[in-house]
Amino acid sequence: MTMNSVREQPATSVVRQSFAHRVSSRLYTSAKLRLRLLISAPLLWLSLVYVAALLALFITAFWTMDSFTGDIRVEWNIDNFVQLFTNSLYQAVTLRTIGIALAVTLIDIVIALPIAFFMAKVASPRMRGILVISILMPLWASYLVKAYAWRSVLSNDGILQWLLRPLGLDTPGYSLVGAALTLGYIWLPYVILPIYTGLEKVPQNILEASSDLGAKTWSTLRLIVFPMLLPAIAAGSIFAFSLTMGDYITINIVGGATQMLGNLVYTNVGTANNLPMAAAIAMIPVAIMFIYLTAVRKTGALDNL
Amino acid sequence: MNRKTPLKLSALVAGLALALSGCAAGGASGPTKLQSLGDNEKTLSLLGWPGYAEDGSNDPAYDWVSPFEKETGCQVTFKAYGTSDEALNLFKSGDYDVIAASGDATLRLIASGDVQPLNTDLIPNYAGVYPFLKNQAWNTVDGETYGVPHGYGANLLMYNTEVVKPAPTSWDVVFDKASAYKGKVTAYDSPIYIADAALYLMAHNPDLNITNPYALDETQLAAAVDLLKAQKTNVGEYWSDYLKSIDSFSSGNSVVGTTWQVIKNFMPEGSTVEAILPSEGATGWSDSWMVSSTTKSPNCAYAWLNYIDSPEANAAATEYFGEAPATADACQFGSEGFCESYHAGDADYAAKIWYWTTPVEKCLDGRTDVKCTDYSAWTTAWQEIKG
Repeated sequence: MTMNSVREQPATSVVRQSFAHRVSSRLYTSAKLRLRLLISAPLLWLSLVYVAALLALFITAFWTMDSFTGDIRVEWNIDNFVQLFTNSLYQAVTLRTIGIALAVTLIDIVIALPIAFFMAKVASPRMRGILVISILMPLWASYLVKAYAWRSVLSNDGILQWLLRPLGLDTPGYSLVGAALTLGYIWLPYVILPIYTGLEKVPQNILEASSDLGAKTWSTLRLIVFPMLLPAIAAGSIFAFSLTMGDYITINIVGGATQMLGNLVYTNVGTANNLPMAAAIAMIPVAIMFIYLTAVRKTGALDNL
Repeated sequence: MNRKTPLKLSALVAGLALALSGCAAGGASGPTKLQSLGDNEKTLSLLGWPGYAEDGSNDPAYDWVSPFEKETGCQVTFKAYGTSDEALNLFKSGDYDVIAASGDATLRLIASGDVQPLNTDLIPNYAGVYPFLKNQAWNTVDGETYGVPHGYGANLLMYNTEVVKPAPTSWDVVFDKASAYKGKVTAYDSPIYIADAALYLMAHNPDLNITNPYALDETQLAAAVDLLKAQKTNVGEYWSDYLKSIDSFSSGNSVVGTTWQVIKNFMPEGSTVEAILPSEGATGWSDSWMVSSTTKSPNCAYAWLNYIDSPEANAAATEYFGEAPATADACQFGSEGFCESYHAGDADYAAKIWYWTTPVEKCLDGRTDVKCTDYSAWTTAWQEIKG
């Protein structure tokens, strides 16, 4: 069969073979070229979809919008940024957003630390498997479903009110507190997992050595485990912090009458149709995350991701 | 093949020149209206509020699109939107032939040249439309009609009869007296809600001389913004999704605030809520079907405009959504009590409604000595109110 087809078109197949042969031998000898070709497709994807989109966003922020017809006009100016820095609305919302993001990060770390410690150091392998699955399980449910579930939990006739009533307390309702609780719940798995991985890396014999030398549990945790765990905590905090910074759906569902930076972006895209202003506002979380990541980099947490 | 290319090119150049001259003229000499109808095209894509074009896929009992398809041969696709602003963005994509737009969007569509003027002679059923819905600020510009009415309704005041006592007759329960229900007041989440505050000020603060809640100069807007900022301290949550509003009224998280008749109709059984038209009147909507200036199916579009104002279809569509129909004849086709519950054709009731209109710089109340605040200013103000 092969012999036949070769005999039918001898000239072309020789040429093609020699070309393919040349390419393959070139690739075989040069490892660098091979790597470059392999990486170029994902790299192109990353630069086009990610970096170029961010750049386009930044450029758009310097344009303006015709306020009546809603068409974008390419007139270079920095009005949008002047607005950002002078209008007290943007300062208040930025501070509120950072506040919620910090609160969510703190809530998550406080809950995640004991759970992760129990999983990594105390639980039996069987128990550990069950715990990992139960932590990952909520990730299978849609984000919206979880937010709406919290809407009914926090509501006036909800389960939280029923639990707190005997203690003489009320549900926080649809408010900043409600939003922070909900976001804390939604991002919790993303914080537990890196801390759990970090704890697994802490060798058991170091803990035993500390105990042999007379250190109490608390001292061991504070002086041995915590410093070793700091990068893992920082890695987890990146998830909770950055995901909260960009949120606008949860705050809409359980946040009551308050708004975050994401809502301002959303109203400028959806309601005001002012894409340049939306782009300028979107630069605020980008800048904050940049600062945050630079700070986190110093702890060495990024090597842990 | 070779001969065609220069033709195409010149057409392109001509098109570009046209587009450029259109820009220069500010869209005034934009799209022209149809003079006669031809054969129906094959497809028609509609954009509208949820429930404006049902083909039986949500509930087999509600289907007024299929008869239209059979009658005209136009295959309909329908996309629903959640807010007027979303509608505007979707329509600008150029994917839709026809849009059902509320008055807070129509003027913007006309100004940007996205919709074409209509030749109402080609729409026989237009004659049956209530006169008080024709030639209004939100569907007619410079004597040209751009939209045929679909239906209308008011933004009512809903309250929980167990909590809000005595029964309110005025909007003051959500403004000056709102602190009695702190954290349980709700309001519509859109810049157009500023008009509700203006309407209240029109009755309670005559010094401001507001004569039309959609024509506010800077001082009048500032007064409305102050009122809404004071209201915000009592607001539990704002709503734009009517299902969210039903949920918060039935759970007791909201006890008083703006609503639509359809929300009242869809409240779960046993709810203790009432919806009224307060003494000051109310804002409301009168939706218009408009045709895209770049549509490739103008004949199907006209056929739809005519069909939706036919008594049967108009009754089916407006009763399903929960609003008054645009034609008196529709009342014969709706279920019993339909027209009464929405006060259809009641000119006194209709006169109390200030229909959503896009605020523009040229004051809608006819003032020429001041510039009015436009929708973009309202949007900025709304963001500031929400803080």
